[in-house]
Amino acid sequence: MEIAISVITGFMIIGALYAIHARDLLSAVIACGIVGYSLVICFLLLKAPDLAIVQIVIETITLIIMVAVVLDSTREEKYQKFDRQGYFTAILSILIIVVLFYFMMNSVSSLDPFGEGKLRMAQSYVEGATEKTGSANLVTGVVFDFRGYDTLGEATVLVTAVLGVLTIMRIKGKK
Amino acid sequence: MKGMTTIVKQTTKLIAGMIFMYGIYVIVHGHLTPGGGFAGGVIMAGSFILLILAYGSDFLKLLKEESGTTMYENLAMIVVLFLAVSGLLIGTHVFFLNWIPKGTVGHLVSAGILPLYNIFVGIEVAASIVTIFLALIIFKEEVSK
Repeated sequence: MEIAISVITGFMIIGALYAIHARDLLSAVIACGIVGYSLVICFLLLKAPDLAIVQIVIETITLIIMVAVVLDSTREEKYQKFDRQGYFTAILSILIIVVLFYFMMNSVSSLDPFGEGKLRMAQSYVEGATEKTGSANLVTGVVFDFRGYDTLGEATVLVTAVLGVLTIMRIKGKK
Repeated sequence: MKGMTTIVKQTTKLIAGMIFMYGIYVIVHGHLTPGGGFAGGVIMAGSFILLILAYGSDFLKLLKEESGTTMYENLAMIVVLFLAVSGLLIGTHVFFLNWIPKGTVGHLVSAGILPLYNIFVGIEVAASIVTIFLALIIFKEEVSK
């Protein structure tokens, strides 16, 4: 399973790199879709169907809206020349990547094995949730009962986002 | 905005209702099977977006729909807040208390107050996403006018 997830993660990286460098903006949007749908497969392999459902639906609707936006505006991206400052930025980013990778390799060896080693709080959530909340789906029990305050914050964020969109996307004022 | 061709319209007529029913199923069974308020709400919003994209709509009707979805969204949010503080009505001082009897695990009517949260959060999410979509379309129509 770890090999499959590594292969899919490789696809995601290729898709993200292509999305940055594609000349045609429509193919860049489709390449963003590769990243999202590969993430769905990763969630399914890691046994998280709740997240997979949300991710696949959100990805589809986002892709539709992005395609509509690209078809309405321009499809060509402006080509930028690679000057001296560009070389400096590239070398700097490669250095940062090397440093971060070194520290990551050091810290990975001291982690627990993949998928094992739960925190104390997660352990008590997993063991007692069905009796405490009466919900057969553990995720709903955690989201709406133990972490209800968090969920209220999420819903409030959505309402605030809609208010912001309605305020900004308006040319004439409403009577 | 304009609608699409006859093929798209007929296909949409066949599947939009089924997508809507699937969203309701995901929301109502949120405490039994994977899914819940957020996922089901987005699926319901997807059926509305499909209908609007396929059939098209004129400007005044879009404005009317937008005021409707905004109202539903805010009402659902108020109901969620009311459910969260409803523990105060029965005398305890706990926020987000699951005070309705829990029933048997695995039945459709069980888990106390959790299905109600699922239903109203689902309505709120569906109305929010349709509102954002309508706001984008109305902005485009206003610009092109």
